[in-house]
Amino acid sequence: MQEFNLEQMVQNLEEQIGDKLRTVRDQFFIVLNIDKSELRSLMFKLRDDYGFNHLANLSSVDYGEEFELVYHLYSIPANDKICVKTRVVRNSAEVDSLIEIWSTADWQEREVYDLMGIKFKGHPNLIRVLLPDDFEGHPLRKDFVMGGR
Amino acid sequence: MQTDIYRVNVGPIHPSTHGGLHAEAVMDGEIIQDVIVHLGYVHRSVEKIAESRTYQQFVPYTARLDYLATNLPVLGYCQTVEKLLGIEVPERAEYIRVIMAELSRIASHQIAIAATGIDLGATTGLMYGMRDRERIMNIFEMTGGQRLLSSYIRIGGVAADIPDDFIPAVRSFVNDVPQMIDEYNGLMTGNEIWAARMQGVGILNPEDAVKYGVTGPNLRASGIAYDIRKAEPYGIYDRLDFDIPTGSRGDSLDRWTVRIEEVRQSGRIIGQALDNLPEGEIIARVPKTLKPDPGKDIYHRIESAKGELGYYIVSDGGNKPYRLHVRAPSFINLMVLPLVCRGGVFQDIITNIATLDPILGESDR
Repeated sequence: MQEFNLEQMVQNLEEQIGDKLRTVRDQFFIVLNIDKSELRSLMFKLRDDYGFNHLANLSSVDYGEEFELVYHLYSIPANDKICVKTRVVRNSAEVDSLIEIWSTADWQEREVYDLMGIKFKGHPNLIRVLLPDDFEGHPLRKDFVMGGR
Repeated sequence: MQTDIYRVNVGPIHPSTHGGLHAEAVMDGEIIQDVIVHLGYVHRSVEKIAESRTYQQFVPYTARLDYLATNLPVLGYCQTVEKLLGIEVPERAEYIRVIMAELSRIASHQIAIAATGIDLGATTGLMYGMRDRERIMNIFEMTGGQRLLSSYIRIGGVAADIPDDFIPAVRSFVNDVPQMIDEYNGLMTGNEIWAARMQGVGILNPEDAVKYGVTGPNLRASGIAYDIRKAEPYGIYDRLDFDIPTGSRGDSLDRWTVRIEEVRQSGRIIGQALDNLPEGEIIARVPKTLKPDPGKDIYHRIESAKGELGYYIVSDGGNKPYRLHVRAPSFINLMVLPLVCRGGVFQDIITNIATLDPILGESDR
């Protein structure tokens, strides 16, 4: 792993990946918006070339026509952070699993599958983790009809 | 001789599972082949509830995530909302928050200490831990009026100023911390049977710990000095002087001793916060209706008693979160339970659950 700063890294990645990567800088994070076809290769680069060894958080958001997957990555040795976002369309909600890159993706991806109904290609054990196996639907989707009062 | 693989259920209803944890052990004789963890027994769908509550209304729900360290999840949530809205918290509130947060950390670790005691057959250990923890509960009652599930920390500061008898009570507790630690060590850590049940049991090497996203005392016991209070300081932690205790073997005994040492460090932090506690406001002027800018999202994390506790909030400009996700350290730490149990004997499952110290209210959400 060579010495680098985050801006340099973003520049390198933009050159390598081209228009499938769109960088946004907000108040808190540098956000890499990546096409889902390039997600796995980008994540491999971030881990192996830039030392992002800690996948801290994986969340998903329902935006109607599309779902967004949000990954927050940290580098424990360099104390850097970065956010990666990718989108999938609602009626074919599937994205590559990152379990090979970070084992911690295992349950985090199962949780997203369980509650948001996004499938992870290559996940060896994609079953519900919090809800019962016979539960119908994915409650964090905005169109989920809540029972009760 | 013909032998069969058989399955033994540990939990979900069993005191040593620390809540509704169901671990299904796949046994080959006395040797653990695998452990399958079944979660969700205390799932309340907190993240969905958040979408129909205003930012302020959601505060008490966070207290129920890690109910043994009640102020820490509340602190994490309030700071996330404050960061999202750019709210400046008054100095005095920051110091009170540190005191409450570190007391919560001690309270959580004392449960870990007490519960590990009883799980391993040292019933007296339970009594010692709970006895000392009672003093913290009394301090919580002084501030928020609630012992277990305090929502004393609020968006913008804290709910009320501390009463007169608060500082003497905290001061006397902090002064007694070294003596408490000597007692725990004298009773348990130095005991030969204790060492036999803990040493070399449930080894988690540093590479696996990072790969599996393990954080908090469990990560530090594996030898990685990573503490968010130092790595990415929030509140006023950059002004406080404390050490990060680490282990070297990553076994259950290391996880145990790291927690005991963290109690000592938290005591030091509280002492400094008491010494420097300024006068002034205790809560910022926060509008009644909180409406962060639409399209804004934030991930903020704190070092809770169990590890990295993060909140991811997406705003659509309304007074309720469009989406709220809790990165629960217990959920992610539990992922290594099968890894650390494999190849061990059946009793190690109990030791490993106790020293990984999960809290199911948080892991199941």
